[in-house]
Amino acid sequence: MSEISTSSSAAVAATPSSRFYVKEHHPEHGTLLGFWMYLMSDCLIFACLFAAYAVLGRNYAGGPTGAEIFELPVVAVNTSLLLLSSITYGFAMLEMQKKQVNKTIMWLVVTGLLGAGFIYFELSEFIHLIHEGAGPQRSGFLTSFFALVATHGLHVSFGIVWLITLIFQIKKHGLTHENGRRLMCLSMFWHFLDVVWIGVFTFVYLMGVLP
Amino acid sequence: MSAHQEHPSHAEKYGHQDGFDVHHHDHTADHGSLKSYTIGFVLAVILTAIPFWLVMTHAIEKSSTAGIVLLGLAAVQVVVHMVYFLHMNSKSEGGWTILALIFTLMVVVIMLAGSLWVMYHLNHNMMPGMSQDLLQEAVPGAAQQMPAMPGMK
Repeated sequence: MSEISTSSSAAVAATPSSRFYVKEHHPEHGTLLGFWMYLMSDCLIFACLFAAYAVLGRNYAGGPTGAEIFELPVVAVNTSLLLLSSITYGFAMLEMQKKQVNKTIMWLVVTGLLGAGFIYFELSEFIHLIHEGAGPQRSGFLTSFFALVATHGLHVSFGIVWLITLIFQIKKHGLTHENGRRLMCLSMFWHFLDVVWIGVFTFVYLMGVLP
Repeated sequence: MSAHQEHPSHAEKYGHQDGFDVHHHDHTADHGSLKSYTIGFVLAVILTAIPFWLVMTHAIEKSSTAGIVLLGLAAVQVVVHMVYFLHMNSKSEGGWTILALIFTLMVVVIMLAGSLWVMYHLNHNMMPGMSQDLLQEAVPGAAQQMPAMPGMK
């Protein structure tokens, strides 16, 4: 044990010109890799919720079925809002590369508005369902539905909060290196949520209305 | 990566800053370009429109076939998003991101398949009224424990 620690501290103390200057285990974007690890763990949370929906999704308990309560046109609008926000975030990243502060902020604002529209439609759907007596306590199907879709919606909401924070950071400090790194993390988060939404609209909504 | 190994003195100069890369050598591949974002977006729109069209027009009669087609399209769209929006490739971060992704996918597949497999059998074994013949085959002793069930000998 003591031998190992001695040798490792010796490796740290070595000069960079040493032949043991190992770089492979220390990727240069440490933050981005760490954030990717977070996204992967988030992926597991969503996988658990998908598994719960897969098991409980047809347990209606005499209540409404997916075909009765899902309004596909609204889901289609929601999906296109999220997809559009993905590409507008991409445009913001491209403007960031060109160091165009105002255009970056403009695209971020557009992204935020599209995200807010998504949340608006989702919340109005939830409120409508709860008013109709199809709340999360009605059946196993609705419990797992609300848990999965609301967790995704909560992620999008926090993404919007983060987006607004970053807009103010960029306004105050400009496109500094740190802000660039934060923008890249949020970019991964935002695109990741879009990937999760693919699973939601396919597995929950579209397959839910199949007879 | 290679730039670091060639200029260790340069790396040393900035080494104290959280190990984060502060010199701006070529990163354009990581961010994507207008072309790659546009290709990704067009593909994503097509891959979103097809499943909605399939379901809303009832293009496929059989539910199981439609479900498999929908899941297949979703899988393709996830790959499109990963490649064009998240810029995944086997080389980013020295291959660590793809390794983490593969590991996560493995865990997800085991968990999803395992949950469905276990719960499917649990449903069949716990609800004898819905599948008596299957129950008798799978658990022969169960028939004696439930003499009141109609349809059983």
